[in-house]
Amino acid sequence: MNQGPTTTYRLGVDVGGTFTDLLLINESSGETFSAKVPSTPADSSIGVLNGIAKICEQNGIAPEHITHVMHGTTVATNTVLEGKGARVGLVTTTGYRNVLQIARSFVPGGLGGWVIYNKRALMAPLELTIEADERLDARGEVVKPLDEAALTKSLTALKAKNIEALTVCLVNAYASGKHELRVREIAEQVMPGVPVSISSEVMPEMYEYERAETTVVNSYIRPVVSRYIDNLHRELKSKMKDVQLHVLRSDGGLSSVEAARKSPVNLLMSGPAGGVSGAQWIARESGFPNLITFDMGGTSTDVALIEKEVAQTRRETRVADVTVRAPSIDVRTVGAGGGSIAYVPELTKALRVGPQSAGASPGPAAYMKGGDKPTVTDANVVLGYLPSSSRLGGDMKIDRALAETAMATIAGPLNKTAKEAAEGVINIVNENMFGALRLVSIEQGHDPRDFALVAFGGAGPLHANALGRLMGSWPVIIPPAPGVLCAYGDATTRLRDEASRTYIRRISEISDAEVLGLLDELTTTAARSLLSEGISPEQQSVQFQIDIRYRGQGMRLTLPVTREELVQGGIASVAKRFDDMHTQLFTFALDAPHEVVSLRAVVQGPETKVRAEQLPRGNGDPAAAIIDEATVFVDGADHAARIYDRARLKAGDRIPGPAIVCQMDTTTLILPGHTGEVDAVANILIRPNV
Amino acid sequence: MTAHIIQTNPAPFQPVDLDSITLDIIENALRNARAEMDAVLFRTAMSPGIREQHDAFPMIANNEGKMVVGQFGSFIHGFVSNYDDTIEEGDVFLTNDPYSCNGAVSHLNDWLTLMPIFHDGRLVSWAAMFGHMTDNGGKVPGSLPTDAAQIFEEGLQIPPVKIVRKGVLNKELLNLLLRNSRVPEWNRSDFNAMLASLRLAERRVHEIVARFGVDHYIAAMAEMLDRNKRAMSAIIKMVVPEKKAYFEDYIDDDGVGMGPYKVACSLWREGDIAHFDFTGTDPQSISSVNFFLNEEMFKMFLGAFFINIFDPQILFNDGFYELVDVKIPEGSILKPKRPAALSCRTHLLGRIFDIMGGLLGQGSPDVLNAAGFSDSPHLMYSGYNKSGEWYQLFQIGFGGIPGRPAGDGPDGHSLWPSFTNVPNEFLESYFPLRIVRYEAIADSGGAGLHRGGNGVCTAYEFLEPGEISIHDDRWLTYPWGVNGGNPGARSTKELVRKDGSREWLPSKCDRIKVMEGDILYFNTWGGGGWGDPLKRPAERVATDVERGLVSVDGARAYGVVVRSDFSLDLAATEALRADIAATRPPIELFNRGGTIEQLKARCKAETSFDPPRSPVFANWMGSPAQPRQPA
Repeated sequence: MNQGPTTTYRLGVDVGGTFTDLLLINESSGETFSAKVPSTPADSSIGVLNGIAKICEQNGIAPEHITHVMHGTTVATNTVLEGKGARVGLVTTTGYRNVLQIARSFVPGGLGGWVIYNKRALMAPLELTIEADERLDARGEVVKPLDEAALTKSLTALKAKNIEALTVCLVNAYASGKHELRVREIAEQVMPGVPVSISSEVMPEMYEYERAETTVVNSYIRPVVSRYIDNLHRELKSKMKDVQLHVLRSDGGLSSVEAARKSPVNLLMSGPAGGVSGAQWIARESGFPNLITFDMGGTSTDVALIEKEVAQTRRETRVADVTVRAPSIDVRTVGAGGGSIAYVPELTKALRVGPQSAGASPGPAAYMKGGDKPTVTDANVVLGYLPSSSRLGGDMKIDRALAETAMATIAGPLNKTAKEAAEGVINIVNENMFGALRLVSIEQGHDPRDFALVAFGGAGPLHANALGRLMGSWPVIIPPAPGVLCAYGDATTRLRDEASRTYIRRISEISDAEVLGLLDELTTTAARSLLSEGISPEQQSVQFQIDIRYRGQGMRLTLPVTREELVQGGIASVAKRFDDMHTQLFTFALDAPHEVVSLRAVVQGPETKVRAEQLPRGNGDPAAAIIDEATVFVDGADHAARIYDRARLKAGDRIPGPAIVCQMDTTTLILPGHTGEVDAVANILIRPNV
Repeated sequence: MTAHIIQTNPAPFQPVDLDSITLDIIENALRNARAEMDAVLFRTAMSPGIREQHDAFPMIANNEGKMVVGQFGSFIHGFVSNYDDTIEEGDVFLTNDPYSCNGAVSHLNDWLTLMPIFHDGRLVSWAAMFGHMTDNGGKVPGSLPTDAAQIFEEGLQIPPVKIVRKGVLNKELLNLLLRNSRVPEWNRSDFNAMLASLRLAERRVHEIVARFGVDHYIAAMAEMLDRNKRAMSAIIKMVVPEKKAYFEDYIDDDGVGMGPYKVACSLWREGDIAHFDFTGTDPQSISSVNFFLNEEMFKMFLGAFFINIFDPQILFNDGFYELVDVKIPEGSILKPKRPAALSCRTHLLGRIFDIMGGLLGQGSPDVLNAAGFSDSPHLMYSGYNKSGEWYQLFQIGFGGIPGRPAGDGPDGHSLWPSFTNVPNEFLESYFPLRIVRYEAIADSGGAGLHRGGNGVCTAYEFLEPGEISIHDDRWLTYPWGVNGGNPGARSTKELVRKDGSREWLPSKCDRIKVMEGDILYFNTWGGGGWGDPLKRPAERVATDVERGLVSVDGARAYGVVVRSDFSLDLAATEALRADIAATRPPIELFNRGGTIEQLKARCKAETSFDPPRSPVFANWMGSPAQPRQPA
């Protein structure tokens, strides 16, 4: 252990539902240490601090030598999912009080969907929404000045309603924030201490409903997230004086404490982003630059695509039925996981899986917690993929008889055996997953056969081999441990901030110099938070993004652009690339004028080099890791399979399918006709036999 | 004459023993393909109508032309039997002519594209997509002239043509079509977007066939149709009584001074078959409010409606069609004779859903909804801006979803699936106008145990001289309430000139000149209320008042007294509720706010407009089945 007086460490922390995983990295040698402690859902910072104590103690490292803590958190997501956010007030332009109430007039479902549709409650209810008398036009020019006296009066009345956070979203504020800034000043005088989020800062993009909703969500989660981050930061500093805390953003970048407190809406997908960032690290370490990630848990499954080591992002984040315009890794979620319930409706006699889930309670029948409905997990048990001897987080037991009884309730109506019905359940749920995987690959113009599939989450490695087969994505990569993977992601991602503005102009009416000038201004804005963290301009890397479309289209495509490209080829070369991308995505390009929609500068700090832990090399034969034998039912027939202990596998081991590999937090299934090979950094790479 | 389908592979499809799980997987794959068709279209289309408002519909049909997934009726069989040429791999057909496709599209703005999908020399599927083009020529911008007497005034009619022949686009033909639109770029781009979505469907079908084999694919589609039939058969037996039910509703006028026009329908069941008989419906109109309703299209509406109410998990398709018998009299306003004008059929199209709800709900009042936002009111605004460029806006408005057994109706929402508003900031950025107000109209939703949704007031301030057209309805008849609920408020349109003078505009009008600084208040109607308003918890009414959705005065319709600080006056509420309960007439199933005669008598006083004259029908149109009541 290289621990001189100058040795410093950075720490990645991932808080999952069951475990909190930590990864400590020696900044000079790249050496890593990991630890796992139980999560503490009531206040997850306790689990984080317990974990830090444990990892330092185990490895004889003084906590004050940890200089950076990087953290992926689900606090923001859970606040939305549990509806436990702040009491939010909203200020709109006169005439727009109902902007959230009317939303986009959209009713989900097909023809007649309105019959059953009920709207969820607004995060900023109408009784807490006031109007400001003011008006800007679409170019940001003042049509009607702000009536400050009237506003002060309305804000005073709003204050009496005990709001905990305030949102300001005025019409056309994407074009100019001047009125919103003034409203904030007045609000800060009227209601000091109430955090104010203004749309021109949180999301300065066109579309009044989306901008209002995004800014309101920011307000809604802000007090809870601030409190959590402040507590954690304070506790960390008391143990490690100069430590810098960074929080993982939904788009996979790192955010400073200050930015995270101000714009928590950027943290909604912080949790899943950790997994994808971890996979990105795997992409670099394992030599597979193109990956599709597959993170299947108990109730939902997240998938994302990484091309040339870069995760695809989009300008939208979704949590349950809440959609906001904040950048996030393009993670698509399907509401299907191990707990999804299978059933056979009376009318059609079709086999359906989900969307109902047995959740953690009562859970799958096999878990002996009172569940009696057949779930995907039960199907895996019946088929022998989840043997009773697999450990499942240590103490969870599996009862195969209960799973079979539950499966019999659908096998009867289907006129099939329990095993056949169970295989049907697995095939249907895999088809749903396949649908989600196509969304990030085929629908975006990517051929899944050019990608490897990385599986994690409690259930991902059980289904991954089958999905690899459906998609032709090889190898299927099973990283050493799902939680540690996220911690790797947290620890290896880069500090990031961005600044953007809506800038709607025909390409024919703008000059390259003007665009460059604006982008340079945005760079200065975005670099501010990095500078304050002591990252000098030389250490920063800047990427421009230009959102562009054919004039008249509603969508836009985001094109990454370098300064060099703009200087040499000008905006015209960007337009040319847009045509190519449009053709790739939609099969055609148009002979129509191009229109710039928005400009963005993304500034990143330097990369952290982390060496992956090397696994001792074996002789290729995994026999020493065999712990049991089992029968698995695949493609309509029983097969004899071996069960392996993952901890005993060595680099170079080749595991012939059918096989089951057990470890504490997940189980891997290797199908007949496939072989899993353990690589030098402990991934299992599954490929079809040739 | 019938089309000659050229299949180079004569081998018949083989019957296969289809595993039910394989069937489920193919079903999922086809559902996904349909969703992807929408996604591609919305992302690449240019007109706000398709792009933002999603006025477009996809479908995938089996090799016999029966819709397997999608949302509009099958017309392919009719097309194949009438088309007098070959159908080959690589062909794409285009039509917009309701009279040539048996009403699969119902006015000329809807361009319908259709593509046969071949595999290994055999026809295995069809894909189709139609979308509303912002302009298709004709005598007014937007191609929806209210006063058109014939379809020839409504723009270019395109009978089914091969727009793509064996993979080669017929550019001359497309150019001819585009030359006849006032916004050719939008049409071109929307057309390209539709083609892209058809090609996507073709790729997906090929992938499914490659995965499961062509015989399994064909068998699976047949089974999906059959599965739908079994499920719908059970539903029909459950909800359609053998005893005959009757319901009628109206569109208020034809835009040329006559109305209301009645749609009448009877419903009963004989064995497995549900019968819908539109006998008694008024004859066709001399203006463009006719709606060419094909029987199959009506079945499609019905099936979608049933499935959403009773089991949204059922895959909706054509399988159940033989279980429903529909009779629509020839020459009626629902089946006009060519060359009757059709462009403004949107009011009747929406009203069909109120008819359906009113009919089906009589058997089971617990699933009866009040009258909904059964329309798509349009605003058109066009002219030359200061730089001499032509601008043309086509925009659909939204209103109050009715009170339903499921709960209150949402305020300012859409009856149609996937429709959304065009964001006001987008409008202000691309059109010479400013939206100075965009809000739910307090009290416009009918009072009820479940409140009807409020209509929306959209105030358009025009920034350039131009012309506007309006298409709206329910300005005379009310969106009815049910089970004790009150009717919703009617629609109004008020133009406030820059000089402060005000005028009410009729519900249907064209070529109204507007100047810079004029403001149009376009007020859509509210949904009817559901259930007795006296039974609505008083606290909920007080909350609605605090939210500005119901006024202090409006709360009295619920028998609720709310103070100016939004607190509840419990004693006064109790007294008021007792008083109303004692004095009101007995509750009836439907509350229409008066008979047609009463509404006409109050018309001038309440709306400032003279009541429309009772429609006069030409002899050849046939006499209505029931004697008309004197106006």
